[in-house]
Amino acid sequence: MPGTGHDVQASPLFAVEGVSVRFGGVRALEDVSLEVAPHEVLGVIGPNGAGKTTLFNVVCGFVSPAEGELRLRGEKIHALRPHQLAGHGIARTLQGLGLFERMTVLDNVMVGADRLARAGFVRGLLGIGHRDDARLAAKAREVLGELGIESYAARYPGSLPYPIRKKVALARALVAEPELLLLDEPASGLSAEEMTELGEIITGLTERTAVMLVEHHMDLVMSVCHRITVLDFGRVIAAGTPDEIRNDPAVLAAYLGDQVEHDDAAEVHALTVAEEA
Amino acid sequence: MERLRSIIRPVASVPLARHLVVALVAFVVAMAVIGSSSQYLQTRYAEMAYFAIAAGGLTLLTGLSGQLSLGHGALMAVGAYAATLVLERTGGETLADVFVALLVAIAVCAVVGVVVGVPAARLHGPYIAGATLTLAVAVPRLANQWEVFGGEQGLQVSVPRATDLPAWIQDLVWFFTAVEIDQYSFLAYLGWLLLAITFVALANLSRSRVGRRWRAVRDDDVSAELAGIHLGRARVVAFTVSAMAAGLAGGLMAMNVRLTAPGAFTITLSLTLLAAVVLGGLGSLTGALIGAGVLAFLPKFATDLGESVGLSATQAAEVTPVVYGLVLMLVILLAPAGIVGSLRTFLARSPLGSTKEKTT
Repeated sequence: MPGTGHDVQASPLFAVEGVSVRFGGVRALEDVSLEVAPHEVLGVIGPNGAGKTTLFNVVCGFVSPAEGELRLRGEKIHALRPHQLAGHGIARTLQGLGLFERMTVLDNVMVGADRLARAGFVRGLLGIGHRDDARLAAKAREVLGELGIESYAARYPGSLPYPIRKKVALARALVAEPELLLLDEPASGLSAEEMTELGEIITGLTERTAVMLVEHHMDLVMSVCHRITVLDFGRVIAAGTPDEIRNDPAVLAAYLGDQVEHDDAAEVHALTVAEEA
Repeated sequence: MERLRSIIRPVASVPLARHLVVALVAFVVAMAVIGSSSQYLQTRYAEMAYFAIAAGGLTLLTGLSGQLSLGHGALMAVGAYAATLVLERTGGETLADVFVALLVAIAVCAVVGVVVGVPAARLHGPYIAGATLTLAVAVPRLANQWEVFGGEQGLQVSVPRATDLPAWIQDLVWFFTAVEIDQYSFLAYLGWLLLAITFVALANLSRSRVGRRWRAVRDDDVSAELAGIHLGRARVVAFTVSAMAAGLAGGLMAMNVRLTAPGAFTITLSLTLLAAVVLGGLGSLTGALIGAGVLAFLPKFATDLGESVGLSATQAAEVTPVVYGLVLMLVILLAPAGIVGSLRTFLARSPLGSTKEKTT
């Protein structure tokens, strides 16, 4: 079980309040509210098309909600554009990773640290910003080292195995020293062993940041999350601790009802197994 | 050997120092070559210098920030007309006049760069190519319409005579090359001096946080945005820097050609610049220099080739575009990464290849 001793009941770091999103006539999100406390791991689960990624896109400013608002440390951040999030301490990994393929791993991570850079255009033009750059590079190497992939610093992402690429994407998000880290399907494509390692990494992250986790793999979600919010058809159908979610009839119904259309059988299985355990 | 390395290492680890050393060495070599060349070759070297400045700006824009511009010939026209009009008013008799004219050319192009770059930053791929193409078509026509630009005939450009240059420059050149400076070598030296300075600045930018942001925006705009990079701003900065280089190149071109007329800045010029950049290798300043060399020297080579197989002079002159197109096609087919890109791959594979990634 999680529970690293942090007080997850503290005042929320981040809150989504009554957010609704419509694409044309389709309601992607309907009156969704949730809270993330500092140092907490909040899982967001739900069948395919439940609105999990849309929710992340709202948080990141890629999609603007028709109603509702977002609060970071109590302050409204409703109208933020995507590039302003990093400055507010929010980082995100993408499902497709979105690595900079023609840049080295080190450069990839240094871009992630861009908000901590001080040297601007003039220093760049005159070629006197290298001390600042060296500082960023050292920071990037430190994060790569923590994830155990420092030896790949000079490589290009395209030549690396998928699990390493995922770690590069994670390092790029972490190096910005976020207070809230959004992880979009971090376990997809990983082996069972790698997933266990990922779980340990995520639990370790709570030392420095709160985590919002969208994930299909129930084992992982159940083992690392302090609390879980379940979405179905754009609505919150359940919220609570992993134990509460496991025994929630609405959640089971949502997953079972979905079985025929989507290949979520594995999740249902995991859920049932978890329940039996 | 070890001692030599310990001297070199601190220089090599600081980008500015490394770029300055390379530029200085290159400039001294260029001076020696120019000093011992014929007038004809000096003119070609001067041409190579201004093409390289424009190509250097373009290769950063296209190779690093990922924006394709078909309008850099037009930006060179803007720089050329700006410099010409300034020289017309100041008389163009002193070195100071020359530098003022070039600075104005750069400044005007910076403004044009922002004006064009802001809407262009919202466009992607073929659309930005189309938008910049409009610039390439429109600018020469505008020049045609207004009296102040001299219409179809264009404007004469006055440049200081070599004998009017400050004595210390004449002495310095004589000291280094043992040849008196004249009109042709003066323009070649000036071109290569400015080329060296421009390339140091561009190489610095490319190695810096600014260049890293450009690459990030080029490779994945969503991830770049999430890292806190304002996409539009990064693109506009790249476009403006590149436009300033084109402006300087245009000003130098005006001084070399001695005539600024719309006919010199057709769409062909824009396409030729782009071809030079592709030829050398996108994003590589060394590649831009090589591409510019091909631009400057290929016509002579192709014409000679044509005449040697028995074509008349006029027919031979038409061979140039064909050869140019062939060379470009060969490079794209055989070495898609350009000349420098392919060399780098080759070196990395060969046992010699302890070469680290460079931004030259």
